[in-house]
Amino acid sequence: MRKQFAKTVEKIFYRRNVVLILGDIGVHSFGKLMQKYPKRAINIGILEQSSISFAAGLAKLGIIPIIHTIAPFMVSRCFEQIKVDFGYQQLMGNFVSVGASYDYSKLGCTHHCPEDINLMKNIPNMQIIIPGNSYEFDKLFISTYKNKFPTYFRLNERENCQKIRIKFGKANIIQKGKKATIVVVGPALSFIENFIKKYDVNVIYITTLAPLDKKLIKKICNNTDKVIIIEQYYQSSLNNEISNIVDKKIKFYNFSIPVKFISNYGTTKEIDKQIGFHEKLIEKKIIKLMSSNK
Amino acid sequence: MSKKINILNQLRYRICELAFVAQEGHVPSSLSILDIVYVLYNNFVNLESIKKNSLLKENIILSKGHGCMAQYVVLEEKKILKKKELNTFAQFNSKFGGHPDSKKILGIDASTGSLGHGFPFAAGIAYAKKIKKIKSKVYCIIGDGECNEGTIWETSLIASHHKLNNLICLLDNNLSSKRAIDLKNLSKKFSSFGWHTIEINGHSNTELIKAINTKNKKPLMIICNTIKGNGIDFMEKNPNEWHHKKIEKSDLIKIKEKLL
Repeated sequence: MRKQFAKTVEKIFYRRNVVLILGDIGVHSFGKLMQKYPKRAINIGILEQSSISFAAGLAKLGIIPIIHTIAPFMVSRCFEQIKVDFGYQQLMGNFVSVGASYDYSKLGCTHHCPEDINLMKNIPNMQIIIPGNSYEFDKLFISTYKNKFPTYFRLNERENCQKIRIKFGKANIIQKGKKATIVVVGPALSFIENFIKKYDVNVIYITTLAPLDKKLIKKICNNTDKVIIIEQYYQSSLNNEISNIVDKKIKFYNFSIPVKFISNYGTTKEIDKQIGFHEKLIEKKIIKLMSSNK
Repeated sequence: MSKKINILNQLRYRICELAFVAQEGHVPSSLSILDIVYVLYNNFVNLESIKKNSLLKENIILSKGHGCMAQYVVLEEKKILKKKELNTFAQFNSKFGGHPDSKKILGIDASTGSLGHGFPFAAGIAYAKKIKKIKSKVYCIIGDGECNEGTIWETSLIASHHKLNNLICLLDNNLSSKRAIDLKNLSKKFSSFGWHTIEINGHSNTELIKAINTKNKKPLMIICNTIKGNGIDFMEKNPNEWHHKKIEKSDLIKIKEKLL
């Protein structure tokens, strides 16, 4: 998705009111752009809090800022800057992070950020986009980057292989069934895409987590007793949000990242296995849940 | 000059009166910047462009947002704000709170209060003006206590690196920081961060005007040595106690006798 991010930004950079701010990462990928537009594509340095407030100042004068750095340094470290300077002041800006959850598995816990979605969800009017693959990032970014709201884009190393006709603010029903409804977010679809067709379940695919497509979710979830939510970060508020919009009592099951520090290194697959977030286990649990009467 | 002093005393009293009615407000911190704010609005901004909220206007960002009563009363004096509205200060439906709100108040360009946000925000505006080739300047008021924040130093690096000579920062050096961290030689510090630095008496209109008019290729840092609670002797003598203390009726009577 990082490569696509660079290509997408290049496509829109003809607009004179777009500024790219790199937190000393991705500098190589944007080299040509920085050479061509030295004033508008800048490596601001390793000073994240100030970068966010600085970007808000740009937005105040009608410039569309795109801020790019590693998720924990952008979201966790700068939560207050994003909340006050963009959220409260209702300024537009695009926050594009890399290092989703434990993508930087070998670098250790300081570079993990499974908390980003819950933090961003707590900023009123923040748009949250979790593209499932590069194609989706491009579509979603192009359709939202200048829509006057602050928007968080979560770039993930893991991508799903689907080509779904996604749209900002809309969920997709990619499979219909009777025994349960699976709500899966962005790249997490890759954990079930190889087997899910075998099972008699609805699959709702979400790439925009905020604002949530309540209409479609309500329609589908009203005809189901069990909802299985699959999202690869700390469990979000989807359970509550779905509970609040459906007209019946639903049993929820969650696959998310447990709230604990991951102190191991290795590959992301090894971490997946360690925390119980992998294809085989998810399939096993889905079978068990479908056959259960509880 | 005497007329100006008279106006400033009236503004000092207005701050205290509002704070008394609302039983809220950081009065000494507002009084230490009052001269700075007054000089900026009186000498360096086009009031019409502020009234029109023009993109071309000068911006005054109060990064030390708790001093906002100074900005409120000067905006009122300059007929940008209405007296009737400002009288509602800190009430439930008021536009005017203990920290300024850019979404509610004409002439306020940044919602500040959490220290260390306004300065990088101002640098962003200054950078945007360079891109858009807008000539007007960006003025930012920070406090010495605020200089404990890392973003002040981060932004100093950004502004000097990008040669933001349209950014003028006025540092209200009212010695708030002293009880926590002794900042020692601030001029030296900001100079070493690449700013053109001038140190003045922040209560002298003449010195303020001269310093703000300084032309330079670097961003300009004016260290304004000020007195917290300036103009009200019992606040000047005990600035820490009065930092966020409520003004009683008896205090207001004393203040009125001294100022008006």
